[in-house]
Amino acid sequence: MEIKTASKLEKILKNGHMAVSSECGPPRSSDAQGIIEKGHLIKNHVDCINITDNQTSVTRLCSLASCIHLKNEGLEPVLQMVVRDRNRIALQSDILGAASFGINNMLCLSGDHQSFGDHPSAQNVFDLDSMQLIQTSRYMRDEGKFIGGDDIKKPPNMFIGAAANPFADPFKIRVPRLAKKIAAGAEFIQTQCVYNLDKFEKWMEGVVERGLHEKVFIMAGITPMRSVGMAKYMARAVPGMDVPKELIDRLSGVPKDKQAEEGITIAVEAIERLKQVTGVAGFHIMAIEWEEKVPEIVERSGLYPRPIVD
Amino acid sequence: MIVGEQKPFEEIWDMVKGHKQITVLGCNTCVSVCHQGGSKEAEILASLLRMRATQEEVEIIIENDGIERQCEHPFFDKISDNLQGSESVLSLACGIGVQFIAGKYPSLPVYPALNTTFLGDVPAEGVFMEKCQACGDCVLGITGGICPVSRCCKRIFNGPCGGSTNGKCEISKDIDCAWQLVVDRLEALGKLDDYEKITPVKDWSKDRSGGPRTFKLEGF
Repeated sequence: MEIKTASKLEKILKNGHMAVSSECGPPRSSDAQGIIEKGHLIKNHVDCINITDNQTSVTRLCSLASCIHLKNEGLEPVLQMVVRDRNRIALQSDILGAASFGINNMLCLSGDHQSFGDHPSAQNVFDLDSMQLIQTSRYMRDEGKFIGGDDIKKPPNMFIGAAANPFADPFKIRVPRLAKKIAAGAEFIQTQCVYNLDKFEKWMEGVVERGLHEKVFIMAGITPMRSVGMAKYMARAVPGMDVPKELIDRLSGVPKDKQAEEGITIAVEAIERLKQVTGVAGFHIMAIEWEEKVPEIVERSGLYPRPIVD
Repeated sequence: MIVGEQKPFEEIWDMVKGHKQITVLGCNTCVSVCHQGGSKEAEILASLLRMRATQEEVEIIIENDGIERQCEHPFFDKISDNLQGSESVLSLACGIGVQFIAGKYPSLPVYPALNTTFLGDVPAEGVFMEKCQACGDCVLGITGGICPVSRCCKRIFNGPCGGSTNGKCEISKDIDCAWQLVVDRLEALGKLDDYEKITPVKDWSKDRSGGPRTFKLEGF
């Protein structure tokens, strides 16, 4: 497979390795030390690190600056970009800025609605949607042009990803929606956290049936539960999240001080099962404010050591 | 039609209490349908203001009137003399009517009694729902007659986002997911295959972004 960018993630995936990515949330502060420390905690166990973009609409140190901090430490960041807060001028500008710092990966997202965050009275932008951001970034890279039509002297050269949520409704368009993102230009996919493995496998069957797994690399999202309280909260309050009752029951069945350990075990079991699913090309491990557990999950899942690509 | 909601009474009172005379003026088209801004509501609001003025021992002459539409010159003919003799106007029209008065009577203070809320329909008696944002470039032809600009909280053209659950939007269980409605309609029309057509980047210059819009008929 032709390698198009300098992305480490692209090389890992195209060389047929099971890829592992993780995610770090920037601090609500101008002190970047926290994000740098998080990056170093997991760097040997993952191929790249997503930096969230004001996730849940809570204002944080920006994704681009955080990515630069990680890049300066020799790590491989994935710039998450939501279309909620920036118009096409700002988005394209940030893509150029990211590329100028050698950031090789980006993930195109809609972004949670601002009503969930710390500034519910904010205006939202949504000049483009996530599908159109994928198109835009591919156009900038492959055609060397801004979407306004002008040439880019040195186009950005990034590996372009998108999200997929197999658990959102309506289910019948979840495979077509992936096809649409691939048609828009997505090269890798990181999915919503997978807890309902049966439903995920059903979605993957539809993906494989259409041969979509041969057109895009699908990384299954894994988030370990720290407690039964977290599981119940995710089931109740997080949009588009599918947490089966059996999982909640299993966590409820162990003493409180053992629930975190059980959550890790559940995550490891999920990875082991999903590794066998045709079309799964890797895992995106989102240990929310629990990054120190990523190495353990990766090791116990047999995904360590990480392959070395040049 | 244009839907509005009356401002809180205290806010209205604070705007007008410094005047010696005020004409409370209803508008009997759009905003009368939602029982917020017609002549009847103007009469009620005028009564409430008179009561408040009495309570506060403030001397204000409060009159009320109404016309068919506050956004076109001919409807003002019958009240123009009255308005020109007024010290101020409290308009129960939408923001368009308020501005029309401001433009028509340059030295007459005018205050809005309503918050203009949206362009909508009346799907059931007493229920008003936003259906259009006048984006200037209608896409209803490709979305099964459901508007993603006004009905999707993220106004996305290639939805639904990952927050759609059981037909509802991620921000509220009281809001239908517009893209669930689009998908249902496309299916009912036998056009579900059209779902996979990517809607390209929108030209927002025809929207508010392009500045105030005008439209002129030739030959007038």
